[in-house]
Amino acid sequence: MDDLYREYILEHYRNPQNYGTLPDPTFEAEGQNPLCGDELHVQVAVDDDRRVTAVKFTGQGCAISQASMSILSDEIIGKTLDEVAAMNKDDVVELIGIDLTPVRLKCALLGLVVVKMGMHEHAGTAAPAGWEGVDEISWGTT
Amino acid sequence: MTDSASTLPAPTQLDPLRISEDFPILASGPNTGERLAFLDSAASAMKPRQVIDSIVATYEGGYANVHRGVYHHAATATRHFEGAREKVRSFINATTPREVIFTRGTTEAINLVANSWGRTNLGPGDIVVTTELEHHSNLVPWQQVCAATGAELRFIPVDDTGVLVLDDLDALAEGGTLKLVTVVHVSNSLGTHAPLDLIVPWAKSHGALVMVDGAQSVPHRPVDVQALGIDFLAFSAHKLMGPSGVGALWGREELLAAMPPWQFGGEMIRRVEYSGATFNDLPWKFEAGTPAIAEVIGFGAALDYIESIGGIAAIAAHEQAMTAYGYELLAAIPGLHLLGPGPGEDRGGVLSFTMDGTHPHDVATLLDARDVNIRAGHHCTQPLMKRLGVHATARASVYAYTTREDLDRLADGLGEVRRVFGLA
Ligand SMILES: Cc1ncc(COP(=O)(O)O)c(C=O)c1O
Repeated sequence: MDDLYREYILEHYRNPQNYGTLPDPTFEAEGQNPLCGDELHVQVAVDDDRRVTAVKFTGQGCAISQASMSILSDEIIGKTLDEVAAMNKDDVVELIGIDLTPVRLKCALLGLVVVKMGMHEHAGTAAPAGWEGVDEISWGTT
Repeated sequence: MTDSASTLPAPTQLDPLRISEDFPILASGPNTGERLAFLDSAASAMKPRQVIDSIVATYEGGYANVHRGVYHHAATATRHFEGAREKVRSFINATTPREVIFTRGTTEAINLVANSWGRTNLGPGDIVVTTELEHHSNLVPWQQVCAATGAELRFIPVDDTGVLVLDDLDALAEGGTLKLVTVVHVSNSLGTHAPLDLIVPWAKSHGALVMVDGAQSVPHRPVDVQALGIDFLAFSAHKLMGPSGVGALWGREELLAAMPPWQFGGEMIRRVEYSGATFNDLPWKFEAGTPAIAEVIGFGAALDYIESIGGIAAIAAHEQAMTAYGYELLAAIPGLHLLGPGPGEDRGGVLSFTMDGTHPHDVATLLDARDVNIRAGHHCTQPLMKRLGVHATARASVYAYTTREDLDRLADGLGEVRRVFGLA
């Protein structure tokens, strides 16, 4: 379990990448993990090719949620929105490289879920109700 | 120290290590094999062998549906089921078992009063007073019933340490009719004890009823419904070392007798025709459907267990010592902030805290690796967390089986958390 808090995660927690706000985001979204009160506000800028040019986020919460968002933000810069839309739970787990219990998995997935909610809103597609049914990320009940 | 215990003789001293031998789950933690330092009894307590055995004995030796069967096992199950009701009556010093209604727990007991008493007795111009400390289960039902009936919900405020501010109670009753005061006896989030000796006379002076959420008091200190002078009490078996899925509502008989049933079906009826029905006597009028039979009997076994280890006053004294010890240990950790009343005050065995530079969930996860179990989050008191300006807290809580070593391991683990996060 101490493994969760390897230096890589703690470094992202203490010094998050892409922390802050964008002057002119293409879309933004925010979300909470009602279980533990993690909060993220994410802004994304995309170019004419629908490629992510910048991501900024603010938030508060546990090391896992904040570090995962930091890692995710680096990852999606340069990807097209279609590529981001194709990302799923396993991609996040692989990115952060740690084993998580179902409860803590929700912390790790918060960032991707918030990004996807922003994409839904931007695209005008039905935003998923609450947390459930966000694309391939399924939220068990705990 | 407690509302009614001050005149009792000095309680016996508990031996938590001896008591722990009764709890199979505490023997070895899943991560280390060491004793489980279980410090989350405020969420749900662990179960002694005696309660587990009682459930097995019901299913193996005396199980049947209660009240109507004519065969031997049905009579046995009914006798034990109603015997548990008498044990609950005695435990809270109610006058008659007719005042004890089995529910799924505290939440259902409060919903029963809100829906049955609330919807028949509340209307526009009426006031329900609660506190800023409440668990969602004594808040949301009243929000709903007030919205439905036009009554107004008002709050006894807390100060920055989470202690109730009673200076201006009368203002809460102005401009309407105060009908009900419903308060959490001991806060699950902070350990704050509500001074019922002040609140009850005030409520009565306005002709209001008093409901008490006893989820965190009945398992931990003597609660005597007659001495307190209250009207309703709700509590859960699972927090007093009994089974999950069962709890009780106690209410004064004349109030319960006048209240309509809120769930309908079998068990709660006297006579049914196609055109209508008449209802059963107390307490069964409020117990529609097949109840949690083995769990209710196990509830009684948990109350017997409490007696067998020295009684509730002895548990209260032990918890007070453990809370004081834990408070001192935690207060010495740099960057750690304890919430709630100070150690010398009348408080429950709940130590709620935050630690600079760490999130409570990370703290709880790191402690779990050492088989030290605490809770992290908002503890079902989101408005209270907001009022105190925190998003979440870490919470350690004690019970009869808590040892000083458990609390030492908590403090050691918190030192390790600080090292992991580069704070020490
Ligand atoms: C103060 C308080 N009230 C009510 C409840 C709800 O109890 P239950 O979930 O057993 O219905 C709890 C339990 O978490 C509690 O601590």
